[in-house]
Amino acid sequence: MNEHRMPLQRFCWILAAAVLLHWTVVLPVRAELRIDITQGKVEPMPIAVTNFVGQTPEENQFGKDLAKVIAADLERSGLFKPFDNRVFAKKKQSLNTIPRFGDWRILQAQALVQGRTQKVADGRLRVEFRLWDVFAEKQMVGLAYFTIPSNWRRVSHIIADAIYKRITGEKGYFDTRVVYIAETGAQNKRIKRLAIMDQDGENHRFLTSGNNLVLTPRFSPTLQEITYLSYYGNRPRVYIFNIDTGRQEVLGDFPGMTYAPRFSPDGKSVIMSMAKGGNSEIYVMDLRTRVVKRLTHHSAIDTSPSFSPDGKQVTFNSDRGGAQQLYVMGANGRGVRRISFGKGRYATPVWSPRGDLIAFTKMRQGRFFIGVMRPDGTGERLLAEDFSIEGPTWAPNGRVLMFYRQQPWDEKGQGGRSRLYSIDLTGHNEREMITPMDAAHPAWSPLIP
Amino acid sequence: MRFKILGLFAAVALVAACETAPDESAAASGAGTSASGSTQMSSSGGTMASRLGPIAGTAEDLVVNVGDRVFFDFDMHTLKPEARKTLEKQAAWLKKFFVQKVTIEGHADERGTTEYNLGLGDRRANAVKNYLVALGVSPDRIRVISYGEERPVALGSNEAAWAQNRRSVTKIVGAGS
Repeated sequence: MNEHRMPLQRFCWILAAAVLLHWTVVLPVRAELRIDITQGKVEPMPIAVTNFVGQTPEENQFGKDLAKVIAADLERSGLFKPFDNRVFAKKKQSLNTIPRFGDWRILQAQALVQGRTQKVADGRLRVEFRLWDVFAEKQMVGLAYFTIPSNWRRVSHIIADAIYKRITGEKGYFDTRVVYIAETGAQNKRIKRLAIMDQDGENHRFLTSGNNLVLTPRFSPTLQEITYLSYYGNRPRVYIFNIDTGRQEVLGDFPGMTYAPRFSPDGKSVIMSMAKGGNSEIYVMDLRTRVVKRLTHHSAIDTSPSFSPDGKQVTFNSDRGGAQQLYVMGANGRGVRRISFGKGRYATPVWSPRGDLIAFTKMRQGRFFIGVMRPDGTGERLLAEDFSIEGPTWAPNGRVLMFYRQQPWDEKGQGGRSRLYSIDLTGHNEREMITPMDAAHPAWSPLIP
Repeated sequence: MRFKILGLFAAVALVAACETAPDESAAASGAGTSASGSTQMSSSGGTMASRLGPIAGTAEDLVVNVGDRVFFDFDMHTLKPEARKTLEKQAAWLKKFFVQKVTIEGHADERGTTEYNLGLGDRRANAVKNYLVALGVSPDRIRVISYGEERPVALGSNEAAWAQNRRSVTKIVGAGS
């Protein structure tokens, strides 16, 4: 299976230690600039992201592009309202002087981002930025980065993450990628390919050719690897795909179909279902020793397993009670208990990276829902509803979910438009992800190490 | 063309519909038991043309004269009486043409979640396999594969299509689909 040789242009990511610029110590004159993202709908914070400035046209172009990507990240989060850059494009920017806060207050900007770009002697790009609290007239954060110039998008996302973190108190999720299944063709002639892109839809590329049916990709928490289901050789089995080398490897030699794979939080094992004789059970494989351990023992379909972030528990889907419901068990398979008791069928449980919630797909009366509940089954909350939505995946900070939504097919097998959507845990700020074609089964990467 | 013109007159159109009805049912009676070819008048010149039926023991024979698929209720893998009838014919056929190996595909409709449907397809395919084995077909001749909801045959997102897609299909190994 070395048909797909698209080795990822290695992230020659030379982020020389982020240099902490000097902090301006100013006594707070008022409550610190902050967004509480645990509240419901928040009024987006007006923020001015000025074009980063350089000494040459090239540096200025980088500066403009960086500011644009940063502003777009912040805007999509729903928590910030960046100004149209044209409002202040003419303003002369200088990083070495304190901003004229009065001017920014007139524009109603609460936060100000300024930055500088510089091509240094060895060809690398130096990017620095400062985030200012306009009303307190105080610098909130200031950092500098070195990178190869082609890596400027990542630096933009890293800066957006730093701004998000400084203002919300939560880790960001902009320096991440999404792997998903790109789909083309009519309903009965669907071609499905693994595809990967940055969280904002950029740097899109395909990982497989479409010769084999592929489904349900999931990121490794530690390596540039994806585990997924492939029908290679008409044998549905779980594979691991190395993003850097393009290498694909079947996991284990099982007598039946293996499916529904997911990495453990330490990245050292993969948990999955194996179907044999009409019975699906959950197994976990140690990736180093290849030792396989069976976790469930029931004639029901036991599938869609997902570890808790501490690796001590597993949530999964089973119809052992008569219809699909959510269960939790110890990582050794003991202490199985049902957690979903609402009306309808529950499926695809995914444990939040924060550990506090489990996201799921729910089906009831011909409708599909995306929701969350606490690991003990309490506090069920539905975030989205439609004819067909499925497959929630968590942003690494556990504050945003992505899922996919498919429109009904018409009688000619056309029109089943399928796209990825992100939504805040609060149920607000639903956004369609831009993909070049139909999309399903998204999986959010961890923050890129 | 002829029907188009006649179609202007409702009464005549009704008669035409009655005339075409037996034709349609003949074409659709693929699941009938007769292995012999059907005979029809060709439209030109009164020449007799004889359409040959599939050769016994072939994949086409299984599809046309035995029935290659059975259908399931939503989220079920129970074999309904019609399904059992079809599978009994399949078992007899498989015992008669014992060189054939088969793959049983299990399928689900789109109204479930992808992963669960993979398990459900496996369950359906195995329900069929188990019944064939109980009827005397050697399990060594039978391979199962689940496609979950990935290979619908009936188009559209409606009850009629879903009912057609909740199925198992018995395929001769080596035969094209």
